[in-house]
Amino acid sequence: MKYALTIYGDESGREGASDEEMQAVSAAYAALTREMQEKGVLVAGEGLYPTPTATTVRVRDGDRTVTDGPFAETKEQLGGFYVLDCRDLDEAIDWAAKIPGAQSGSVEIRPVMVFDEAGNLVEEATA
Amino acid sequence: MRASAELVDRVFRRESGRATASLIRVLGDFDLAEDAVQEAFLVAMQVWPERGLPDNAGAWITTTARNKAIDRLRRERRGTEKLEELSALEPPPPEPDDLELEEAAVIPDDRLRLIFTCCHPALAPEARVALTLRSLGGLSTPEIARAFLVSETTMAQRLVRAKRKIKAANIPYEVPAGHELPDRLDSVLASLYLIFNEGYSATSDAALVRRELCGEAIRLAGTLARLMPDEPEALGLLALLLLQDSRREARVGAGGDLVLLEDQDRSLWDRREIETGLRVLDRGMRLGATGPYLLQAAIAGEHARASNPEDTDWRRIASLYELLLHASPSPVVELNRAVAVAMAEGPQRGLELLDEGELADELAGYQWFWSARADLLRRAGRYVEAAGDYRRAVELAKNPAERRFLEGRLEEVG
Repeated sequence: MKYALTIYGDESGREGASDEEMQAVSAAYAALTREMQEKGVLVAGEGLYPTPTATTVRVRDGDRTVTDGPFAETKEQLGGFYVLDCRDLDEAIDWAAKIPGAQSGSVEIRPVMVFDEAGNLVEEATA
Repeated sequence: MRASAELVDRVFRRESGRATASLIRVLGDFDLAEDAVQEAFLVAMQVWPERGLPDNAGAWITTTARNKAIDRLRRERRGTEKLEELSALEPPPPEPDDLELEEAAVIPDDRLRLIFTCCHPALAPEARVALTLRSLGGLSTPEIARAFLVSETTMAQRLVRAKRKIKAANIPYEVPAGHELPDRLDSVLASLYLIFNEGYSATSDAALVRRELCGEAIRLAGTLARLMPDEPEALGLLALLLLQDSRREARVGAGGDLVLLEDQDRSLWDRREIETGLRVLDRGMRLGATGPYLLQAAIAGEHARASNPEDTDWRRIASLYELLLHASPSPVVELNRAVAVAMAEGPQRGLELLDEGELADELAGYQWFWSARADLLRRAGRYVEAAGDYRRAVELAKNPAERRFLEGRLEEVG
């Protein structure tokens, strides 16, 4: 069953990070991603540039609004995600705990929607 | 032997947990399992009063509920892949009535899967408690609502949401393995302790089902200890609940006033519960590892062993608190340790500990800190300061019984 693991962290806490620190984080993520691939659970995974690079789009009554920045001001901001195919929630939790961002921020686990052949949303997704 | 409706209810409730647990495993669905067990209950209510209780009620319930589930799946023409496994579902062997702890269970018990699933950290704490009482404890939704002082609708929604979360997020119906077990067990123990404390705090005019939560928690803790007999903290929790519960009759005086441990009439303590609690405690201590529940049980055990307050081994209690501070540090544990040290070595030493570090800041809003400090000051002959601290305690008192008690102490120091 697929789970989306969205990674949140306080960007302001990272502002003073040195190049070595940044490289160490990247290396840790690269190693984890490799491990997920080897174990056959990785469906997708990306890091995102910080929220100053974000653009938010809303369409209301046909009117399109484009604004600078993330969808809302939050204490922790979305920094990346994984989509993993796991046996159950406990396996997803184990992977989430290995994500470097979980040390100082939060990783939210949400089951990915499953649709049947007729295109109907399956209420209870099971493995 | 004819059975009254009340007896049928009680026996069914005690024995149905195993049926529910096994059916959830086979059917993969809480609601289907509960419905089947509920149908079996209706049959029991019709048949048991006339024919008498079956010799092995647990087996009867499992077989009957299993058959009801089979009938339903056939009728609704669904889940046919489960029919074979359902038909093969064996009723469990009879379980001893008392709290004798057998050797480690060889056959994995579905109730262990059930309790770990109900208490999964991905469920909200109040949901864990509700689901445990409903599925394993066999309490009805209205009963659980009454026990926790919420409306039936609220409780029903809480249960629905919890079961939905289990399905949607695919929380596995398993006993967690190895590295996960300590944290997951903590969640189970905390949920059971929460149920117990809810019942322990119930006033004498509260609903019966609320007051009976203590007994319910003990029963569930007993099941857990029986299924995990080599797990020190499972034994520790059971011992702690038994020893605390043994004092229930003595802790509230006439008019609902609080009676402290040192003032309690020890003849009102339940000796049988104490014996069982000490036996479980002893077994737990022999396993070697001492976690927080076992240590708290050991402290309660020291009090239980003393026929009079003067016979209390305060030195041993103080050293147990020392260990507890390492296992589970908290300001309240530091407070209790200071009180124990004061009893063993005199009020001055206790006051030194209370005045150490940031303890007074951390516990500034806790009435029992100020009342304990006041008590030590009083014993040290520092009456004016004692009065000051009792006054602070009175201000922080949370209910009339507490306030009356603390005002009484304030009066004593003039």
